[in-house]
Amino acid sequence: MASAPPAAIAATPTADPSTPLLVMEGVTKSFPGVVALSGASLRVGRGEVHALVGQNGAGKSTLVRILTGAHRRDGGTVVFDGRPIDFRSPQAAQVGGVSTIYQEINLVPYRSVAENIFMGREPRSFGLINWRKMNRDARALLARLGIRIDVTRPLLELNVALQQMVAIARAVSFDSKLVVMDEPTSSLDDREVETLFNVIRGLKADGVSVLFITHRLDELYAVCDRVTIMRDGVTVDERPMAEIGKLELVARMLGKELGEVRREGQTGFRDAGRRAGSGRALLEVDHIERGRALQGATVAVREGEIVGLAGLLGSGRTEVARVVFGADQIERGEVRFGGQPTHFRGPGDAIRAGIGFCSEDRKVEGIVPHLSVRENLTLAALPVLARHGIVDHDRQREIVDRFIARLGIKTAGPDQPIRELSGGNQQKVLLARWLCLDPKLLILDEPTRGIDVGAKAEIQALVDELADGGLGVLMISSEIEELTEGGDRVVVLRDGRTVAELSHAEADQDTILAAMAQGEGQAAAGDGQAAAGVGVPAAVGGGSA
Amino acid sequence: MAATAPPLPASEPRADAQADRRAQLGSLVQRQGAILALGLTLLFGWWRYGDNGFTGSYNLTEALRYNAMFALIALGMTFVIMTGGIDLSVGAVAVIGSVLAARLSGEGVWVAIGGAVLAGVAVGLLNGGLIAAFRIQPFIVTLATLLAGRGLALILSGNATVSLSTDAFTNGFIELSSRNLGRVPLPAAIAAVAFVAGSVVLNLTRFGRHVLAFGGNEEAARLAGLPVSRTIVAVYALSGGLAGLAGAILAAQTFAGNPNEAVGWELSAIAAVVVGGTLLTGGLGSVWTTLVGVLLLGAIINMLNFESLDPYWQQVIRGLFLLVVVVLQSRLAGRRRSVA
Repeated sequence: MASAPPAAIAATPTADPSTPLLVMEGVTKSFPGVVALSGASLRVGRGEVHALVGQNGAGKSTLVRILTGAHRRDGGTVVFDGRPIDFRSPQAAQVGGVSTIYQEINLVPYRSVAENIFMGREPRSFGLINWRKMNRDARALLARLGIRIDVTRPLLELNVALQQMVAIARAVSFDSKLVVMDEPTSSLDDREVETLFNVIRGLKADGVSVLFITHRLDELYAVCDRVTIMRDGVTVDERPMAEIGKLELVARMLGKELGEVRREGQTGFRDAGRRAGSGRALLEVDHIERGRALQGATVAVREGEIVGLAGLLGSGRTEVARVVFGADQIERGEVRFGGQPTHFRGPGDAIRAGIGFCSEDRKVEGIVPHLSVRENLTLAALPVLARHGIVDHDRQREIVDRFIARLGIKTAGPDQPIRELSGGNQQKVLLARWLCLDPKLLILDEPTRGIDVGAKAEIQALVDELADGGLGVLMISSEIEELTEGGDRVVVLRDGRTVAELSHAEADQDTILAAMAQGEGQAAAGDGQAAAGVGVPAAVGGGSA
Repeated sequence: MAATAPPLPASEPRADAQADRRAQLGSLVQRQGAILALGLTLLFGWWRYGDNGFTGSYNLTEALRYNAMFALIALGMTFVIMTGGIDLSVGAVAVIGSVLAARLSGEGVWVAIGGAVLAGVAVGLLNGGLIAAFRIQPFIVTLATLLAGRGLALILSGNATVSLSTDAFTNGFIELSSRNLGRVPLPAAIAAVAFVAGSVVLNLTRFGRHVLAFGGNEEAARLAGLPVSRTIVAVYALSGGLAGLAGAILAAQTFAGNPNEAVGWELSAIAAVVVGGTLLTGGLGSVWTTLVGVLLLGAIINMLNFESLDPYWQQVIRGLFLLVVVVLQSRLAGRRRSVA
């Protein structure tokens, strides 16, 4: 069972090395009411890094879940390492030589780093767990990934990026023949992504294959050898990475013509910059300070303007948003909204003043998974919709129908639980949650993270349209294209300070990156403080330099 | 607590070592919250009731003898709660155990104990099996077995108190409760052994770690390929078995199996676990803090007996006290998280 040493499996003699490691052909899978896969195929060679791309709903996840034993297929064949297989459970797949890193970090927060890595196969001596060996092995594994942390600390004390690295260390430690990575980078910063790429290259050198799923196209070109493109439950193309350009790749995913994509740019934003300086001042954040996180941040947003907020993890981007939204109080400085200094005691005050905030973590801070689209959409509007505590259901339905139509939310109906929607559609519901309050300012924290290319462009176009209608938008994003193409202005934060304010014309990728990263030396000097205050994030950011 | 972390090697970066020490200090504060309360309570008892015999050896011995039964049940409950579950059936299981033990008391001490424990394990297997197989809420399943178990105890006893067989007074059965090892009552010694074993199981076996892993993140535990169903069934079987054992001790202590005893024991056990600091949501806990929780609640009840107070008021005071301790615990836990 779980106690079988995985190394033994990997060591069994392999079949003919010239055949592909994995061949999935004609795979079909239906869920009640939905055909998820109707003839998908996937071939992964030995020692190959293979990309699997497609929009949300294209069937990537279903295909991967069938491979890793989380779903059973309805039809088709799967041959792994020369043998037909049908894994009954993730555990069976693991034992069979396929290990998986899931998009949602699937670890246990209260248990130590080492326990998480060795969960299910804890080293024992005389029947009892050998903590010393477990901790030593965990430390060695992480060191291979360039990470030095105390492995006896509970996982919850690490930041999300480090938790993801722990998940990667766990998957790698199985000595599998195939490692499946389902969007492993969505919570990593550039340096950590580079570390992950080195891990992938190391696996490749050891003859291990990697199946890599991501929405970030640049990453595909950085590490992948071949790419399989899926659309609507079918595999539409499979090619060496070097033979397909980025635009063509996007075109194949969307099922559009190449020219169409070229005209429209990489994001859904029209070329911005046309609005700058026109509207009245809406939000003025003036040298605010709060603990170590904010040490003089300044941002202004005018009516009908999209202001991009750039910065590395921990630069204070989200903290600025929280202050504006009344979720945190400042120690020094001033925030003015519509010309008046604000004294929000909580988000309720900010909402009443006309501010909406789509937070970064959709799952944790945004959606209420078991509630319907209708209930999620009107969650913030309930005080407006209710009279004497009773919700006016007719008005609620009217608003919900209007926004489902206006934002093009793909749902079986307003009463469908929101957890059944794709990431892009969930995000649209969250946008609608604020839009139905008719806000003056909308704060978007990573509005398109983890959303597929098609839905992303739709959301970006929507934000554009809203700004044209006079809404002020403060957009926090880690995607440079989103800032350069979408922002009328871009404000760059570093260590809680505003370090640059760029007009749309000035804001190109290099300038933003330079401003974000500048002064590494200073940042490293400040690490001691930061480490004491916020713990691990700083240790990763600069500690290894 | 759990993971008694081995000392850090010197090669760790200093900042990490410092942060770790802080975290450990934080958890120490949290752990000692209940111990501190226990110490203060005992001190108060000595100051106020010492003259009446609160700190007299007779009172202490008898209090330990009585509370050992709660300790055993709370130990099982700790494991259940660490999986994120709850076992409401333990009071019912204890009376089934006591009635069975009373009926079997003439057959010898081991037969009586074995019957009670096996009956408890059987109920636990039923609980765990239903929870694991159908993924039903533990609250519902064990509420059902609580009701059914009470009924079963009434049937087994013919709705009357079952007196011990006359042999039980000579074959050693009543010594299960009355015997002292030195100055330590046997039930307390049994509980102490059980807690040591529980601590070893929790910290040094895969089963123990899987209990915590499952309670901390069910989905992750499944995806990691842990034997989830087996773990759940084992946890409830353990809880049932310990409740059965407590029932046997109860029979020896009261010289009878009474189907109407042990009312509300499940709630006392849950209270002790929570007061100790084990998270009701699962994933975090320790058997030793549960022991402290049992002693703390036991001391309070014992002290209230020295007040000539309306017993109903005693209940109100116990409830209020429970609230105070839980609020304090959550505040200390909050501080711990911010230290981390």
